[in-house]
Amino acid sequence: MKALAARRHDRRAPIVLLLLALLLTGGLYAVLAPTSADAAAAAPSASDIQTGEKLFQANCATCHGPSGAGTASGPSLIGVGAAAVNFQVGTGRMPAQQNGPQIEAKPVQFDDEQISQLGAFVASLGAGPAVPTEDQVDPSKGNSANGMALFRTNCAMCHNAVGAGGALSRGKFAPKLWETSPTHLYEAMLTGPQSMPVFSDTNLSPDEKRDIIAFISEQGDVAPGGLDLGSLGAVSEGLWAWIVGIGLLIGAAVWIGAKSS
Amino acid sequence: MTTTSTPTPAAKAAGATADYLDQRTGIGVVVKTFARKIFPDHWSFLLGEIALYSFVTILISGVFLTMFFVPSMGETTYTGPWSSMQGVEMSQAFSSTLRLSFEVRGGLLMRQVHHWAALIFMAAIVTHMMRVFFTGAFRKPRELNWVVGFTLLILGMLAGFSGYSLPDDVLSGNGLRIADGVIKAVPLIGSYTSYFVFGGEFPGQELIPRLFTVHVLLIPALILALIGLHLLFVVLHKHTQYPGSGRTEKNVVGYPVLPVYAAKAGGFFFVVFGVIALMGATMSINAVWNYGPYDPSPVSAGAQPDWYMLFLEGSLRLMPGQAEFVTWGGYTVSANIIIPAMIVPGILFTMLAAYPFIEAAVTGDRREHHILDRPRNRPFRTAFGVSIVVAFFILALAGSNDLIATHFHLSINDITWAFRVLIFVGPWLSFVITKRICLGLQRKDRELVLHGHETGRIVRFASGEYIEVHKPLDAHERWLRVQHEAIRPLEIEPAEDSRGVRRKGYALDRMRQRVSQVFYEDRVEPVTPAELTASHSHGEHDALEADVHEPTQVGGGSHLVEPDAETGVEGRNPQI
Amino acid sequence: MSTHDTHSHELEPHGDGTLPDRFENPGHPEHHQRLGDLDPKANKKAERQVLALFTVSVVGTIAFAVAYFALGDPTTDPTKIASATRTENLWLGLTLAFALLGIGTGAVHWAKTLMNDHEMSEERHAIASDAESREAALQALQDGAEDSGISRRGALKGAVIGALALFPITIALPLIGNIGGDWNVGKLKHTMWKKGTRLARDPSGRAIKASDVTIGSVFHVIPENLEEAEHPLDEKAKAVVLLIRLDPRDIKSEQGEGWSYDGIVAYSKICTHVGCPVALYEQQTHHLLCPCHQSTFDVADSAKVVFGPAKRALPQLPITIDDEGYLIAQSDFHEPVGPSFWERKK
Repeated sequence: MKALAARRHDRRAPIVLLLLALLLTGGLYAVLAPTSADAAAAAPSASDIQTGEKLFQANCATCHGPSGAGTASGPSLIGVGAAAVNFQVGTGRMPAQQNGPQIEAKPVQFDDEQISQLGAFVASLGAGPAVPTEDQVDPSKGNSANGMALFRTNCAMCHNAVGAGGALSRGKFAPKLWETSPTHLYEAMLTGPQSMPVFSDTNLSPDEKRDIIAFISEQGDVAPGGLDLGSLGAVSEGLWAWIVGIGLLIGAAVWIGAKSS
Repeated sequence: MTTTSTPTPAAKAAGATADYLDQRTGIGVVVKTFARKIFPDHWSFLLGEIALYSFVTILISGVFLTMFFVPSMGETTYTGPWSSMQGVEMSQAFSSTLRLSFEVRGGLLMRQVHHWAALIFMAAIVTHMMRVFFTGAFRKPRELNWVVGFTLLILGMLAGFSGYSLPDDVLSGNGLRIADGVIKAVPLIGSYTSYFVFGGEFPGQELIPRLFTVHVLLIPALILALIGLHLLFVVLHKHTQYPGSGRTEKNVVGYPVLPVYAAKAGGFFFVVFGVIALMGATMSINAVWNYGPYDPSPVSAGAQPDWYMLFLEGSLRLMPGQAEFVTWGGYTVSANIIIPAMIVPGILFTMLAAYPFIEAAVTGDRREHHILDRPRNRPFRTAFGVSIVVAFFILALAGSNDLIATHFHLSINDITWAFRVLIFVGPWLSFVITKRICLGLQRKDRELVLHGHETGRIVRFASGEYIEVHKPLDAHERWLRVQHEAIRPLEIEPAEDSRGVRRKGYALDRMRQRVSQVFYEDRVEPVTPAELTASHSHGEHDALEADVHEPTQVGGGSHLVEPDAETGVEGRNPQI
Repeated sequence: MSTHDTHSHELEPHGDGTLPDRFENPGHPEHHQRLGDLDPKANKKAERQVLALFTVSVVGTIAFAVAYFALGDPTTDPTKIASATRTENLWLGLTLAFALLGIGTGAVHWAKTLMNDHEMSEERHAIASDAESREAALQALQDGAEDSGISRRGALKGAVIGALALFPITIALPLIGNIGGDWNVGKLKHTMWKKGTRLARDPSGRAIKASDVTIGSVFHVIPENLEEAEHPLDEKAKAVVLLIRLDPRDIKSEQGEGWSYDGIVAYSKICTHVGCPVALYEQQTHHLLCPCHQSTFDVADSAKVVFGPAKRALPQLPITIDDEGYLIAQSDFHEPVGPSFWERKK
């Protein structure tokens, strides 16, 4: 344990890390102080914002209000940033269709350009986290061993040890992560959609987020032991032990006990 | 032993060896007694063999694993090939499990074979136990062997749990933590017992080595000894047999050990091992590298024990927390743990273990039984057994409630509430339904004996009356359905003797009688020869085929016409 | 067809004209010959099948060895270790299964088709010994007892029983003395948190500033000096904490006045039920759910239990900040963390 912590301390200079984290997440503080709106990281063109506003008025304003300040049926979007829009709209969760225990992913309603225009408009309402760059979410640049350690502590209790998903209370659930794109994984951590807590860059640094993405990208693919049986653990193993194992063996027993014709 | 009649050299050598052995061991008598011993043949008698052979498979693969596993909680840094573990601090137990899986060639196969075999071992014990229970094979003289088998079930659970925890991964570590929480809930000595087990505070440094000794020495030795005793009893008692023509309480019908049974049983070992190898080859089990080395902070969704401990998990999940209370002296009683983790399983397992003795007491039967019961002929026992199985099943489902929630898009809270109700209603309902089904099947047997098989052939009498021709059962078919006795509730001596003196022990007898009535009040008597004769004289049409030379066939396959009562069909649906 | 006389001799009345109470066992059914018993060709065919099955086994074993050597070490290419291990596992397992199933099915098929299939009957004997043996056994026991004189020499009896009963102490005493470590169960009531201990991220051990914790975030926390403990894992098992920042307006209650800092609350992560890490935080409802047994705690309301098998709220860790803005503990927990035990309130 001691060696481990020492190694982790050393591996990244904490100061550099902290600086980096502060730089990248200045925007999120806007949640605490929405009035001090700094400019979002990447400056979108004015026409993008205009088109985004039109899309917003047509598709989102019913719930989130014409100015994005929220209504009884939808939260305020001031300060949520382009990352939240990219995640919510890019996974099809928004526009929401029905009211269930939680809003689920479904086929995406907009193309990439429209999503970024919507994002530009929402980001213009109040600074928030921006969409991560390709580099920030590149699994090949992450350290999956560190990602696993972080995933185990911060994510596995809801999403299962390898991201197969799990139950929350009252019909809500933490979804399976294997089909989620690295960008959306990053944005989910950054913005904390629905039940999920926020993992701001002061909590999990951008590098740590990338490590987690590297770990997830290695899961749900090939299980060294054969069929992964859903990676659900002992319950599915027990079920298959009965169905396949006891099933085959009782079949064999019936064959042995039967008289030959 | 005379083995001199064959001239070939091989036979001579064999003869000489046999002679050598016999002169020193007297083994001839043993061989003479056992070589041609008869064992009855039935697939359900092989369930116990599945358990035995999967245990042998466990031993073989387990010895392989011990060659590479390091039972130590000493810290080490992983430097092996599995990328998501590289540089991670872990115990040597976990690190050697990874090495066993990725670097020892064939090691992963052996690990998976070992674990699958353990799951099959427990499943086979349970199915074997169900067979023994539902056929009444635990009756005199086999009650003690039932207890031996029951102890094996418990030992199997302990063996499984101790082995499951050895890799020192997060999943099993949380299982141990739950075990620790349950241990701490024991009144008075809870925290001391926890220290006893863990060598101090949880998780400590001692547990894995201790579990290893328990897992590879203590429990296997006990299991082996008890398996020996279990089989000794089987040889001593000779195997039970299903009812059937020619089979009596005084004989055993089947095939001799040499060669038939030896070949079948020996072959079956390889089949069992082969099927387990097939599972180990194709299905991943307990992929510990997914969980990571134990650390008290993380936990993963879907944290469940192996299936045979799932009932305990479910029981814990169902109990509402309000049960915990503090006594007047300021001591905490965790009834929210004691009830589901100790009292409920205690009741279920005690009922299982004690059932043969309870049944014997309320049946008042001191005879030996070697012919098995057909489950339908013992409605109370069958229904009782089903309700215990249902109770365990509901608890196991409750232990999987989070997976049920995600797979069927239900609320985990609603599921928990549903199971809280079901654990009371389910066993009761399944008892009532099973008993009804048993009685119904017995009535069907009666009807079949009295009236024979429906042939689907409808004939018309000269009078214009239609009846369906029934084909009577042959003697063998009939015997199966009439061989049993319907047990009646105990009759006891009156409370007072002729002089009006109240006798000792009446209260106990009365209680036994009351329970006996619960067991045997509802029953269906098997058909007697007199009833069959009477039925035949009522329903002459059963013999019609002989009398009516050219019956008018008007249809086939279904009961076209309901014959009316006057033609003597009152026996057809006997009201019992 | 008449049932009365062809099949049911037991329906014949007794000599006195009454019927028996029960049916009689009709005796062994007729033996049915197998195809192989009647047809030498079928017999030969069965033999060939058995031969083939044993051959399958031999081929399986050879294939196992071939696979073992041909596949090579699956760890040579670190990027393909999962799939290479899977391939190896599959081939070794399948060939092993063939080697075993060939023998198994061959032997069983042999027994079923070629060995004698006439059922045989053996007599059972009562399990109990006969009266004579019982008497002799009883006599032997009595003679033995008599010889030893145990019934006459009461002091001897007591001495033997006493010695036998006492000697296990020699093994039990040192065992019990050592098996529980220092037996100091009082440690269950304390954790290593104390006034001024910084809250740090798990597992990196980096200290947390209040300003790092944004609303809706959850931090998994360990004491900053955890690694300095004698047994870090034992301490971690008690000391882990969940740190959550709520909108201060959402906080309905907490366990002590001034135990939170600006909406940041810290609760023990160890479930008060049986000790699983309670780690599923639902940001919108402020509920904490334990994945093991679904005890649910309301973080906004003193972490009281709202559902499930736990009874007590998660103990709150009183926190504040130091001069540099780092979150620190005000003290240890004010009650034992984790599952209940008998003397926890003493």
